[in-house]
Amino acid sequence: MSKKKIGDVILDVNNISLRFGGVKALSDISFDVREHEIRAIIGPNGAGKSSMLNCINGVYKPQEGSITFRGQTFKHMNSRQVAELGVARTFQNLALFKGMSVIDNLMTGRNLRIKSNLLLQALRWGPAEREESEHREKVERIIDFLEIQAHRKTPVGQLPYGLQKRVDLGRALAMEPQVLLLDEPMAGMNVEEKQDMCRFVLDVNDEFGTTIVLIEHDMSVVMDISDRVVVLDYGKKIGDGVPDEVRANPDVISAYLGTSH
Amino acid sequence: MQTTFPRLLLEHAAKRPTAPAMREKEYGIWQSIDWRGMADLTSHIAAGLHQLGLRRGEHLIVIGANRPRLYASMLAAQALGAVPVPLYQDAVAGECVFPITNTEVRFVVVEDQEQVDKMLEIRSQCPLLEHILYDDPRGLRNYDEPGLAGLQEVIAAGAVFVQQHPEFFKNEAEQARAEDVAAMFYTSGTTGNPKGVVHTHASLLDRAAAGARFDKLTESEEVLAYLPPAWIGQNIFSYAQWLACGYVVNCPESTATVTIDLKEIGPTYYFAPPRVFEGLLTNVTIRMEDAGALKRKLYSSFMEHAKKVGPALMDGKSIGAADRLLYALGNLMVYGPLRNTLGFSRVRVAYTAGEAIGPDLFTFYRSIGINLKQLYGSTETAVFVCLQPDHEVRADTVGVPIDGVEIKLADNGEILVKSPGLLKEYYKNEKATREVLTPDGWYHTSDAGFIDASGHLKIIDRVKDVGRIKGGANDGALFAPKYVENKLKFFPYIKEAVAYGDGRERVCVFINIDLEAVGNWAERRNLPYAGYTDLAGKPEVLQLIKGCVEQVNADLSRDALLAGSQIHRFLVLHKELDPDDGELTRTNKVRRGFIGEKYAVLVDALYGGKAEQFIETQVKFEDGRTGKVSATLKLLDVQTYANVKAAA
Repeated sequence: MSKKKIGDVILDVNNISLRFGGVKALSDISFDVREHEIRAIIGPNGAGKSSMLNCINGVYKPQEGSITFRGQTFKHMNSRQVAELGVARTFQNLALFKGMSVIDNLMTGRNLRIKSNLLLQALRWGPAEREESEHREKVERIIDFLEIQAHRKTPVGQLPYGLQKRVDLGRALAMEPQVLLLDEPMAGMNVEEKQDMCRFVLDVNDEFGTTIVLIEHDMSVVMDISDRVVVLDYGKKIGDGVPDEVRANPDVISAYLGTSH
Repeated sequence: MQTTFPRLLLEHAAKRPTAPAMREKEYGIWQSIDWRGMADLTSHIAAGLHQLGLRRGEHLIVIGANRPRLYASMLAAQALGAVPVPLYQDAVAGECVFPITNTEVRFVVVEDQEQVDKMLEIRSQCPLLEHILYDDPRGLRNYDEPGLAGLQEVIAAGAVFVQQHPEFFKNEAEQARAEDVAAMFYTSGTTGNPKGVVHTHASLLDRAAAGARFDKLTESEEVLAYLPPAWIGQNIFSYAQWLACGYVVNCPESTATVTIDLKEIGPTYYFAPPRVFEGLLTNVTIRMEDAGALKRKLYSSFMEHAKKVGPALMDGKSIGAADRLLYALGNLMVYGPLRNTLGFSRVRVAYTAGEAIGPDLFTFYRSIGINLKQLYGSTETAVFVCLQPDHEVRADTVGVPIDGVEIKLADNGEILVKSPGLLKEYYKNEKATREVLTPDGWYHTSDAGFIDASGHLKIIDRVKDVGRIKGGANDGALFAPKYVENKLKFFPYIKEAVAYGDGRERVCVFINIDLEAVGNWAERRNLPYAGYTDLAGKPEVLQLIKGCVEQVNADLSRDALLAGSQIHRFLVLHKELDPDDGELTRTNKVRRGFIGEKYAVLVDALYGGKAEQFIETQVKFEDGRTGKVSATLKLLDVQTYANVKAAA
């Protein structure tokens, strides 16, 4: 196996603080993500992991701090801007269009790249049709990659949970992102499904060079596939480093095993 | 037929260069290759393999599903005078060692990463293996092994060579003669090492042509290639007959999409083993049970009519006008849409073989207008020995001997065949060859059977399995285990059965339930279950199966010859019999001896009269890991019936 080349810092999170009224979801969080790496964010439930992802994604606007993406600093990102910068995400509880088929769900991921407008598409204007074919081809490659050919036309709501998660991943991949934010992609899966998902994540990272920020609870997954790990607890960062360092960190151990406060 | 595979390819490419030869579904759409394209691809691969050093007389092992480039590799090998040997793509790595060392191959062409991994795993046991060539590069990006290369590279190098030597392919192909060895197929023997069945261009193409004439196949047939290429039937339907007739072979996207692809293609000429037809019918029945009341009523009443009228219509018998009209209405409303859902709208001829097919199952398909017929043959006979003619189709026969075939029965009931399609020999196994091929050209099929009044062949069982009951009320009666097992498998609830009784006083049976059918049955009775083992142990399910066994007994009691084969005791196994565990062959035939040894404790318990027995078995998972499954099985007694007709 050739050694992976991890690049420079692509995403920099600086002193982010997020409050919901009196609840301090995130307190002064700073970490960076390098290009082509797999960065895991771990921590007990309620630590602020999803909130962190939502800040990067532009869903939440932090009260303090900034995010730097490829040298451009933003105090607030809005989701559309973030998507256009090449950041895609999956959702912890899925956010698929249950009534639409798998292929249609994946095609929605191409939305930002489709240039022809609604009217032209409705009239099936030549160039609009050609564009649809091109996007369809890209989406078919993703279907092939995720091995879901048999479910192309199935309404997503009828698929088993594990396959829905794959479709969610597929939709994010359809954006051809530079950075992929995965919010607990292995949640609710058995060992075999987790192994499959890990393989897809690793393949995406290896084949397309996509940088991956991964929230995950399964420690074996985190230790096995991530390059570096950030540990959050009660909205504060308590660990940051390679998996072995983090595993030996006494603060991290006590956060998971629990000590009396 | 005095021609060869490569010559046929060149003829089609010359006469109909732009006609489609093969299609493959990739990225959601069917991509066609025409005959010109197929010939070019084959010549590039041949040139590439030649440059890598493949020589006349060598073998080339091919492992994968049906893919145009794997077929082209087989044709390329034949053009170079090498012998392609397809292996089962779902074989575990260890099973591939014998064929590779037996044929002393230096080259294998495989489909994808899964097969490459298997080859790398056993490489140390196959020192002669030099080149591993793969078709689909997915996942192989970071592999760095000596001799591992993509077919794409071979084709590119070959294309350059062909440009410099334009007559190369034609010259090589012209050297092949009809009596040269064209291919080899390993039969998954039920005992010992597999035997390599050697066939020539002549034997395969003769049978292919005979079958094509029998069913009037033309170049516009559409065939779906979904069965393993290692099985000779697949080779005959999608390779030999493909080249003999020049029709179109369609390769599905993956095993998971076969039913979808079947509907999209709408083949005109189709083959499937009986269990596939059973599975389709179970599917239809289950879905009909979920349908609304009106649809259910429509379905049941029209199916009644179809059973009455359909087979007769198909057989060309005369039907009253009113019946005909009603059938036409049924065709519009039920049979047509049903055929469409199954993917059989355009099927002109559908064959099944390999095991006996239940009469109800057979009637179902024929009654809705699908020309399902049976055939008889084997790897050693290049398949086509007997076929059922269109208007003489019955569930209990396998057809009449076709063009070129002579059949004779030995004293012990064994069927002997003489045909131009017979194997040349078993590879490197003179002893085995002499055991089945007599000097005067008769092949011993090791099947027992007889020819009935209408000239149709009926199969009883494997000769060596036909036994006798010893002792007790039925002493001396004929016991044909397969016959009994087949009757049990005609029920949708029973997936597999293994019968014991030779040399014993009574007949005892192991049964595997069909998870889908029984699961559905259980759900309709609000019977919860936690998986296969749990369902197989439920008392309600055991009673259901008991009912099926007793019905088989009632049926057997009416058979003059086999009334003594009635079943006395049975049990339902806690796990499905599986080829990966060595219990079934790769073509899903039971290995009665192996199963008897592995489950000896159960056999003893059945014959010892025990009411229940604990069993723990080792199972092998798909990735090679092993685990244990255990349960306490109940052993049940079954009612037998007095012989209605006295045994001969």
